Amino acid sequence: MSIELDFLGRQPYFSGLSDDEIKAVGRLLSERSLERGDMVLMEGEADSNLYFVVSGAIKTFKTSSEGKEQILSIVRPGDSFNDIAAFDGGVSPVSAQTMGPVTLYEADRPDLVALTDRYPRFTKNAVAVLAAKLRELVILVEDLSFKQVIGRVAKILLRYASDEAGQRLTQQDMAAMAGTAREVVGRSLKTLEEQGTIRLDRHRILISDRRRLEDMAGAVV
Amino acid sequence: MKRLPEIDRNKCNGCGLCVTVCACGALVIVDNVVTVVEIEQECQWCTNCELVCPAGAIACPFDIVFEQAQSERIENSR
Repeated sequence: MSIELDFLGRQPYFSGLSDDEIKAVGRLLSERSLERGDMVLMEGEADSNLYFVVSGAIKTFKTSSEGKEQILSIVRPGDSFNDIAAFDGGVSPVSAQTMGPVTLYEADRPDLVALTDRYPRFTKNAVAVLAAKLRELVILVEDLSFKQVIGRVAKILLRYASDEAGQRLTQQDMAAMAGTAREVVGRSLKTLEEQGTIRLDRHRILISDRRRLEDMAGAVV
Repeated sequence: MKRLPEIDRNKCNGCGLCVTVCACGALVIVDNVVTVVEIEQECQWCTNCELVCPAGAIACPFDIVFEQAQSERIENSR
């Protein structure tokens, strides 16, 4: 298993580094192959490695005390995850699980700290990457904290529901209509299902409790 | 007819990420474009392919129906 230097050169973290510097970075990384459903990180556990997805997809998520899962991000090839713990040395703030077969590169924290000492360009890049991730999280926090997303989803379901199969909507369509992220719509649908308001039956959303859904939609200002 | 995810061939960039997350094997890459193939079991509509697609080329749309109306229709057709 060898680290693909071309891949590394395309990473925002290593952008602008010379070929020799990229080679030096490559020597610090190791490759890891995982199967579908493998857990890479467990929220609250110590893991200060920085991971790069080479192939496949990873979901990062938080789990509530009732076991509800909120997806925070889908990490695709070329993206990184566990950046926070890798740079502050704390526990992982999220869990991460593979969505299919995945290949990762991993770098451990002492090596990352050494890179920040050695290459100012890397440090600059790391600040930009972390700022971009923070910006995404702030938007998600806004969605989850202040927007009555579930009420908006209820409203959308009522607007498009019919007695027979009518207009069809994807979760992405609903997210665009509700002005939120697709991940938040997914969570809202699950919550509505757990309440018994709707039932997800493969490609159908069945409205089981119309009155309740109308109440929720009516609560939206 | 079995319902399967819908592909926008013009948007697909052939990255194959959807194929890696598809648990039922309904998706394959043909000529650098993802293609839906008939499979024995039903697609479970996990929508993971739609979720991971970086190009927005896959759609897993839902029919939104009132359950009561639907059960009445089934009852009437008996």
